Amino acid sequence: MHEFSIVQSIVDIAIASAAVNHIEHIRAVEVEVGMASGVVPEAMEFAWEATVKGTLLNEASLRIKQIPLTVRCFGCHHQYHPEEFYEECPQCGEVNAEILAGKELKVVAIET
Amino acid sequence: MCENCGCNDGDAGYTIINPANHHNHDHEHLHNDHNHSHGHDHNHERNHNHQRISIETDVLQQNNLLAQRNRGYFEAKGIITFNLVSSPGSGKTTLLERTIISLRDQKVYVIEGDQQTSLDADRIHATGAPVLQVNTGNGCHLDAGMINKALKTLNPDNDSLLLIENVGNLVCPALFDLGENFRVVIISVTEGEDKPLKYPNIFQRSHLCLINKTDLLPYVDFDVEKFRTYARKVNPMLQFIELSAKTGEGFGEWMEWIEEGTRDQEQAGIGN
Repeated sequence: MHEFSIVQSIVDIAIASAAVNHIEHIRAVEVEVGMASGVVPEAMEFAWEATVKGTLLNEASLRIKQIPLTVRCFGCHHQYHPEEFYEECPQCGEVNAEILAGKELKVVAIET
Repeated sequence: MCENCGCNDGDAGYTIINPANHHNHDHEHLHNDHNHSHGHDHNHERNHNHQRISIETDVLQQNNLLAQRNRGYFEAKGIITFNLVSSPGSGKTTLLERTIISLRDQKVYVIEGDQQTSLDADRIHATGAPVLQVNTGNGCHLDAGMINKALKTLNPDNDSLLLIENVGNLVCPALFDLGENFRVVIISVTEGEDKPLKYPNIFQRSHLCLINKTDLLPYVDFDVEKFRTYARKVNPMLQFIELSAKTGEGFGEWMEWIEEGTRDQEQAGIGN
């Protein structure tokens, strides 16, 4: 539901960077969206076109790189990539793990 | 266009209402400001060739920066803040009413979040606690900016307790740091024990889970142990308290948790 406000923030960040770097035309915006970020890439894509209309990013494409979840087991320190939040460690069966990657929600770069 | 759901209803800013000034129609209508962040960019030559400019900025940076400002404000004033999140209808407001009444010796402030109406704030106002209502309009969560703004009116005393009742929503509030010390997820026994698996983000990002409406346990198929197991799968550090805001059962434990939490934050150097 809030993907629209997130896309708006991405647009704001990109436009601010364009102003600082004296750029008039942006071809693409690269973002990283972690699997556990709480944001749905499809909803972002849906929101993108409506949000960039009439802005400097009118013709820019949104490139989403999805970051899978990487966790480290608290029990045996094995690193693995659960498909779901609550998968047990394949090595020792422990459910408790530290999240190392997968919560990202980041504007990585813009391309002119 | 509404920036939260994309609908075309023009201005969809949020509103802050003070129930104490109800009859004066003291409504402050605000817009979500888009402060342009000045990122740390690598400045390439200004030409028309294709360039890739690195930005590496968190999308929620604006909210997170404001949340940290809120956090600094709370630390400076020794205020302990709770962010209460849940589905609509879990009993948050009733829980707050009983909590305020039980905390007789403590100065308590409340910020209420709902899409519309000041119904919740009016109920809190009746307990005597200073309260402000934030109406998010079409918005689905409170954000740090709204709290930042509300604090300027609420002006809480030093060494007080701030309880924030977020918009009823198990999805979006998970993402938005408000600057709180503790996030408490509230679930009622009428909701189903599999909620943590279906809504992992909010459970993963909370410190405490209150299992409310225990007075209804004899009438519903809610397996408390199963619920706790599911919740611990997504957040092994999550603590639990079973209670009934209606009957007061289990409230002693909740009061103790608040007290202990306050003491721990003070010992950590936050507050006096």
